[in-house]
Amino acid sequence: MKTISMCVLMCLAAGLAKADWLQFRGPNASAVSTEAKVPAEEVKIAWTADLPGRGLSAPIVVGDKVFVTCASGPGQETLHVFCFNAADGSKRWERAMRSTGRTMTHPKTSVAAPTPCSDGDRVFALYSSNDLFAFDLEGNLLWLRGLTFDYANASNSLGMSQSPVVVDGTLVVQSENDSESFAAGLDVATGRNKWKMDRPKAANWSSATVWKGAVALQSSKGILAVEPATGKMVWDYSDGASTIPSSVVTGEALYAVSHGITALAPEKGSVTQIWRNEKLNPGTASPLVLGEYIYVVNGAGVVIKASLKNGDELWKLRLKGPFSGSPVAAGKHIYAVNERGIFQVIDPEAPEGKVTQEIELKETVLTTPAISGGAIYVRSDSKLWKLQ
Amino acid sequence: MKSPVLVLLACAAVSLHEAENLSKPIEALRAVQKEGLGNEAAGKAWQEIVKADAANLPEVLKGMNGANPLAENWLRAAVGVIADEALKAKKLPVEALVSFLKDTKNSPGARVVAFDLIHRADVKLAEDLTPTLLEDPSSDLRRHPVAKLIEAGNAALEKKEAGAAIAAYGKGLGGARDEDQIKELAKKLRDLGQKVDLPKHFGFLMNWKMIAAFSNADRSGFDTVYPPEKELKFDATYEGKVKSAKWVDFTSADEYGKIDFNKPFGMEKSVVGYAATDFFSTEDRAAEIRIGCKNGWKVWLNGELLFARDEYHRGAKLDQYKLPCQLKKGKNTLLVKCCQNEQTENWTTEWEFQLRVCDATGTAILAAK
Repeated sequence: MKTISMCVLMCLAAGLAKADWLQFRGPNASAVSTEAKVPAEEVKIAWTADLPGRGLSAPIVVGDKVFVTCASGPGQETLHVFCFNAADGSKRWERAMRSTGRTMTHPKTSVAAPTPCSDGDRVFALYSSNDLFAFDLEGNLLWLRGLTFDYANASNSLGMSQSPVVVDGTLVVQSENDSESFAAGLDVATGRNKWKMDRPKAANWSSATVWKGAVALQSSKGILAVEPATGKMVWDYSDGASTIPSSVVTGEALYAVSHGITALAPEKGSVTQIWRNEKLNPGTASPLVLGEYIYVVNGAGVVIKASLKNGDELWKLRLKGPFSGSPVAAGKHIYAVNERGIFQVIDPEAPEGKVTQEIELKETVLTTPAISGGAIYVRSDSKLWKLQ
Repeated sequence: MKSPVLVLLACAAVSLHEAENLSKPIEALRAVQKEGLGNEAAGKAWQEIVKADAANLPEVLKGMNGANPLAENWLRAAVGVIADEALKAKKLPVEALVSFLKDTKNSPGARVVAFDLIHRADVKLAEDLTPTLLEDPSSDLRRHPVAKLIEAGNAALEKKEAGAAIAAYGKGLGGARDEDQIKELAKKLRDLGQKVDLPKHFGFLMNWKMIAAFSNADRSGFDTVYPPEKELKFDATYEGKVKSAKWVDFTSADEYGKIDFNKPFGMEKSVVGYAATDFFSTEDRAAEIRIGCKNGWKVWLNGELLFARDEYHRGAKLDQYKLPCQLKKGKNTLLVKCCQNEQTENWTTEWEFQLRVCDATGTAILAAK
């Protein structure tokens, strides 16, 4: 009996762990769900929750909790963190804080633009104002930082959107802008700096990826990979990269948004280029890798399927665009939501690709969905949806 | 008779004891500093505070008085947790919160939180309090009565009562401190034939002496110390980027106070200009210099550098940067350095700034002369 109970507990624990979507573009920032349970063939809206303010940050999911940030008030000075029950969309808790940094952004974006991240025990919510809050899963405030309060010229008048990543006890944040541009590794327990480094003085909206334990910081100069605990360089790719869409990784390679897509095999201190295809040119959305293929959504809303081995194009499929958020995938399907709120399900295994379902959410959606427990979570400026 | 008195005394003692117990954790939150200093102690203290009875909410809010913005957020989060529980249990100390709100010695941020809690507990009471907030030290709190006056003006207009509408809009404009409400009210009043002096309402400085153009090649002019940073001699002539640079008088005709270098000096690129003016204050006082600028800029007050910003063409808006400062009685000299970069896109032509002098609420401080 005891053994069976242990098995059940272990299975439950494993199930919970698998249900997590802990950061921008989920597990390993790959935008692909690693769960066995996938959304239904035909997706329906399960529930909708109201949000009091705007946001481009994606939801994240930790176990049975969905976290989402938004900003409200005439100058977006009120910074919200919400925790919803994944099962029914009921609110577990909400915290409302006040910006200590600048809240000016381009009208299209928002102060709540960076996606929060979690190490499974804590949720780290970063905003364009450079305010950073760490909560436990029950909403207890663990620590906070005001990174513009600390570093007075660290801001971008168009707004910032770089999402943090957390690796082995270090939260890596980027505040890359034209003036006081930096990245820092913070102790997840205290919020204190473990390290801080200058970054190129140029506005940057791309987010870091984690590859083989190193944090790959992307900028217009290229990609610098650092040890999360120390900030020491692991490898440096210096041939330029995008400042908007972020790169994607697999176990074998890092697919950099650089001169189209450049497949890289970084090693300690050096980087080998595997292939480059300048026609694989992402618009705002970041690429994703599903199976043996890479999918890129260009600025015209056309998704391009290409081989992971050599970058050769297989087909192009025009979606209903434009897109600000990135596509995500689970099982055999890709999910993308355009700026007009048209949720589109794509079958990438169809000979020329095929859109198999559309749902009109009837709201502007500028963000990337999250996938967990066989459900897809999408947010707008006023709503959070669960689709499954 | 004796028993109730004893009970009251005992309750007071308990309350005092709790307040005393909270003073240390509140101090721990107030002690947080830059770069996460004090976070560990604050995290522990926060856990103690959120367990407090709702009766202690005014005490926790009081902790925000004079606190830095980081400490304010620690306390704001604690108040939120205590209040959520109290609202569920219908135990929010509304009367005490109203007293806290009415005491304008309390910090604006804390009073905004108090008002929001009152609103969550009793919407009608919050609405009854709203008209009293029109001249409030908090610009956030002023928004509510101004919005009500806009509604009242609109209702009067629908009834074709122009006089009543003008009165409501005018009163609203007097209290308004946020740009969106001011713009809306100014338009409504002008549509009704009323004059509105926006530069005066905002406190824009409109009259300047300007000099240009020094070189900003490779954006190096931002850190180059040109003669106006060493001396303000308005009859002097200096070597400029391509020709000699002289001071000229400039008065802005823009009602949002834009001081446009392109007007006197032409549409130059990779250049540095300076603008100087005197502001006469009636007293020694705290103030804010608020600047909006999409070029690289520096601002000095009486020779002291207040702030420098080397971002180009990412956008500008009213009150983009708020620079706390101390005005002295009499003449105060302001110097602005405004740097244009090398970009040639049509959205990079602006070489300008707007600057106003106001208090922390955003109320214009008008010059003595």
